[in-house]
Amino acid sequence: MKRAVTTFVLAAMVGLGAAVGASVASAQTLNTVKTRGILNCGSNGTLAGFGLPDAQGNWTGLDADFCRALAAAIFDDPNKVKFVPLTAKDRFTALQSGDVDVLSRNTTWTASRDSSLGLNFGAVTYYDGQGFMVRKALKLNSALELNDAAICVQQGTTTELNLADYFRANKMKLKTVTFASANEALRAYDTGRCDAYTTDASALYAERMRLAKSDDHIVLPEIISKEPLGPAVRQGDDQWFDIVRWTHYAMLTAEELSITKANVDEQLKSTFPDVKRLLGTEGNYGEQFGLTKDWAYRIIKHVGNYAEVFEKNVGQGSPMKIDRGANALWTTKGGLQYAPPIR
Amino acid sequence: MADPATASLPVGAAYIRREPVPARPPPLLVSGPLAWLRRNFFASVPDTLLTILGAVILYWIIPPIVDFLLLDATWTGADREACLATPERPEVGACWPFVRDRFAYFIYGSYPIPERWRVDAFFALLAAGIFWMLWLDAPARGLGAVYFFIVLPIVSVFLLSGAPSLGLAKVDTALWGGLMVTVVVATVGIVVSLPIGIALALGRRSKMPLVRLLCVIFIEFVRGVPLITVLFMASVMLPLFVPETYSPDKLVRALVGVALFSSAYMAEVVRAGLQAIPRGQYEAATALALGYWRGMGLVILPQALRITIPNIVNSYIALFKDTTLVFVVGIFDFLRAIEVARIDPKWATPVTSTTGYAFAAIFYFVVCYAMSRYATGVERRLAAGARRGVV
Amino acid sequence: MERKSASGKPQVSLLYDRKVRSIAIQTLLCVVILFLVYAAATNAVDNLARAKIASGFGFWNNIAGFDISQTLIEYSSSASTYGQAFWVGLWNTLLVGAIGIVGATVIGFIVGIARLSRNLLVRRAASGYVEIVRNIPLLLQLLFWYNAVLKALPEMSNSLVVVGAYLNNRGLFLPKPAFGDGIGQVLIALAVGIAAAIAWRWFANRRQAATGKRPPVLLVTLVLVFGPAILAFMIMNVQVHFDLPQSGRFNIRGGLEVLPEFAALTFGLVIYTAAFIAEAVRAGISSVSRGQTEAALALGLRPRFILRLVVVPQAMRVIIPPLTNQYLNLVKNSTLAVAIGYPDLVQVFTGTVLNLTGQAVEVVAITMAVYLTISLTTSLLMNWYNARIALVER
Repeated sequence: MKRAVTTFVLAAMVGLGAAVGASVASAQTLNTVKTRGILNCGSNGTLAGFGLPDAQGNWTGLDADFCRALAAAIFDDPNKVKFVPLTAKDRFTALQSGDVDVLSRNTTWTASRDSSLGLNFGAVTYYDGQGFMVRKALKLNSALELNDAAICVQQGTTTELNLADYFRANKMKLKTVTFASANEALRAYDTGRCDAYTTDASALYAERMRLAKSDDHIVLPEIISKEPLGPAVRQGDDQWFDIVRWTHYAMLTAEELSITKANVDEQLKSTFPDVKRLLGTEGNYGEQFGLTKDWAYRIIKHVGNYAEVFEKNVGQGSPMKIDRGANALWTTKGGLQYAPPIR
Repeated sequence: MADPATASLPVGAAYIRREPVPARPPPLLVSGPLAWLRRNFFASVPDTLLTILGAVILYWIIPPIVDFLLLDATWTGADREACLATPERPEVGACWPFVRDRFAYFIYGSYPIPERWRVDAFFALLAAGIFWMLWLDAPARGLGAVYFFIVLPIVSVFLLSGAPSLGLAKVDTALWGGLMVTVVVATVGIVVSLPIGIALALGRRSKMPLVRLLCVIFIEFVRGVPLITVLFMASVMLPLFVPETYSPDKLVRALVGVALFSSAYMAEVVRAGLQAIPRGQYEAATALALGYWRGMGLVILPQALRITIPNIVNSYIALFKDTTLVFVVGIFDFLRAIEVARIDPKWATPVTSTTGYAFAAIFYFVVCYAMSRYATGVERRLAAGARRGVV
Repeated sequence: MERKSASGKPQVSLLYDRKVRSIAIQTLLCVVILFLVYAAATNAVDNLARAKIASGFGFWNNIAGFDISQTLIEYSSSASTYGQAFWVGLWNTLLVGAIGIVGATVIGFIVGIARLSRNLLVRRAASGYVEIVRNIPLLLQLLFWYNAVLKALPEMSNSLVVVGAYLNNRGLFLPKPAFGDGIGQVLIALAVGIAAAIAWRWFANRRQAATGKRPPVLLVTLVLVFGPAILAFMIMNVQVHFDLPQSGRFNIRGGLEVLPEFAALTFGLVIYTAAFIAEAVRAGISSVSRGQTEAALALGLRPRFILRLVVVPQAMRVIIPPLTNQYLNLVKNSTLAVAIGYPDLVQVFTGTVLNLTGQAVEVVAITMAVYLTISLTTSLLMNWYNARIALVER
């Protein structure tokens, strides 16, 4: 008798537990992040200049710093970020399943990712394009000479699709060798399995540094695709989407107004209206996002403006020495980076 | 010599031998080293040919391996320079300084250095538990089971992932890596799969058709698909099946996948054990008026599990090897740590990869071979017991 | 609690009635399982809807757009759909499975028998092979074969060239025979020949059973199988030419291409599975008692017949079930292709397609269904074969 009762009670408990679990509604991302006290940021983990932990486990790179800026805006502490290394293969499921709050992992903004994958791209933090790396010994000058070449590529990327398109458009034959991760693809290229390795041009420069004899390899001049890289969030949470998007714009605006990590405290005293609105000494733009008035001040104080982040991670302050190019400000240098006004 | 048979035969019968056959000379080679050689290597012409063929193949395989691992190997050095071929040293073997340099990384992954003693403590506790369970004559083995299946898992969780209230800093599972992850995954697989496996095995032999059906479906389903797809399911689909707020940790998901997978296999191992118990034992339990659960718990299972020990150990070996597959869901196990380390530019040489693989191979071989020797030993011992009629 | 009812049967409290209890437990189980499934399903639907992920199998007919390195069936990145990519992956898996099974069986039987050899060297070498291979993870072995061996192969420019075949770190390129008109008739003749040979064998067995005399089988079989085919070949005057691999600017073109990924995967699987098959074979042969061999000797059978007619048929009964398992393991293990970039079902479909469509539930479900089908079909076939050769006990 007793045993039977116990069985029933146990079974009922299991059922109840499942029922309670099923009825918990989803919370808004910002609230979830605030309650958790830490931002979960999906990033690359193996790509220098964008997302790469050093030997002590400190993440560096453009994408990593974006997450720091986000954390700074929310918590006033750029270190309240948990970086989750993701492969190209599992990045979208990680975002969809709620493993990460934001996917800042050199991810290309495309129509299908916006629609059927259920993502929203907040902004374009880096305008990139796909290129090819080949051995110098092949004496190639152009990607158009790659007819019939074997090319190593990472699986599940836009790169894989662009590659097929490019060769088809130029009536060239192609032998693709696909790998699950960039590491394996690069390694296969290095052992001579492929004639060329293809990925985003920025990554090519970063990956080249990891080859044993990096001087033996060159990046071909052709850029065969548009790869606007930026942070992505789940659809259906406009507040969070806005926060992510405006974090980037705040950094751009700061560059536009020449507000840097070093002079931001000084600029608090500025009487210039644009500066006052950005730093929260006038208006309450941050509060309208669900943040604080000084959200942009926090970003700049802890992380810096876009130019500082760019130069430190991929620009002249880094081994990659990539030019601003398309990533320069529209307002001053005619680049593609352009922030809507804060007002 | 008055043999009655010969005596009765006619005197002239030609086919009867009248004299004893002269004794043949003793065989030249029945003992001594030469005889041993002949018996084992050159018993016949085809045998001789086989021996020569075998010797050629072995000569072709073994000396290069020995050369690579020992004779041509580099033993000291600080970076890749030490392991590069030079005019004075054209043949370069294994690059052991690379393994020494990255050894801690292979064991702990990115686990914070000041906290690594916790991993060591976990290894020690686990070793004690395994020893207790596997030493058949150990004292208080019942207590050992409680320790291994209840105390150890709880302590390990606090020890490894941290318990701020006990002064143990939290260590995120994203930092776990290397051998510790391999051991954690394999151990969780066994600790969880044994009880579930027993339940499934009993369910499959149950008289209730629905219970039996469900167990059969589960077991056959899991055994019918590759581990990789089970891991994919656990890592990609599991988060979809639970409410968003409960989305489990990446490592936990992989552990769920491994546990489900090994449960199905364990169920079959236990079922084989149950089937080996003679009917008389079941009848005796019923005759003693023991109900189903007590009959199983007191009479059948103790015997069935005892004879299953070798197979459980074999399952553990298989699981230990299969943990290498968790890389597909982004878990950083022992082999993955070596995979990552081998492409470090600091150690990039033509021999680094092979050295890393050789090290991993030797490690896995030593561990798995030791376990399989243990399993064989127990099997032999149980067989001896069975002959004496004890079991 | 117990009292006699009118019918004289002991009446038990409902709670202890076995039937009632069993029904209650099963109902409860059913309810719990259904509830869990329901909860999981609603959660999945909720989560998918919230994440705005597309669902359903509509993606099947969308253009794939990516390239696959080895395609056994028609496939092009511009025109083929995800559905066709699925079939390409499946065929690649089946190719590795089929070649792997044949190779592993041959090596496994040789090594298994070698482990029982009188020759100490052969015995030790065989058991050394089995122990080493069985105790090292397959993934590690595959990585070794792929990375270490690929590195050892020559570059494109210094390929090994042997009678029109090229070997380099891009793979093995063999001359591909191409046949002119009439090859269809030759194949038909071959099929007819094989059928006739089987019929002859059946007749020979009947004849032997009836009269005790066995008509010649081997010679007749050879003639029957190859005779008509060769005849047809000559009559139809079939043209044969070889599509020779040509060295191009980057790669070798034409011919029959064996990808290094394919070679490494198949070789690794064969080596690994053969060790397990060898164990099964050894156990099977050892399970045939010595008395059987001695009895056969006493009947005057020659040694080679003893192995073929007495030992092997009995050993097969023990060997078949584990052998089936190993075949299935080989097919399931071929999913490790993912680690070395061979485009099998998991790499192409659960990898690339899953990634491009984001439809995890559908893609993983289809993949699982495929492997489940392969497993269940193989089990059924092998069970049927096993039942056929099982000992008929009286």
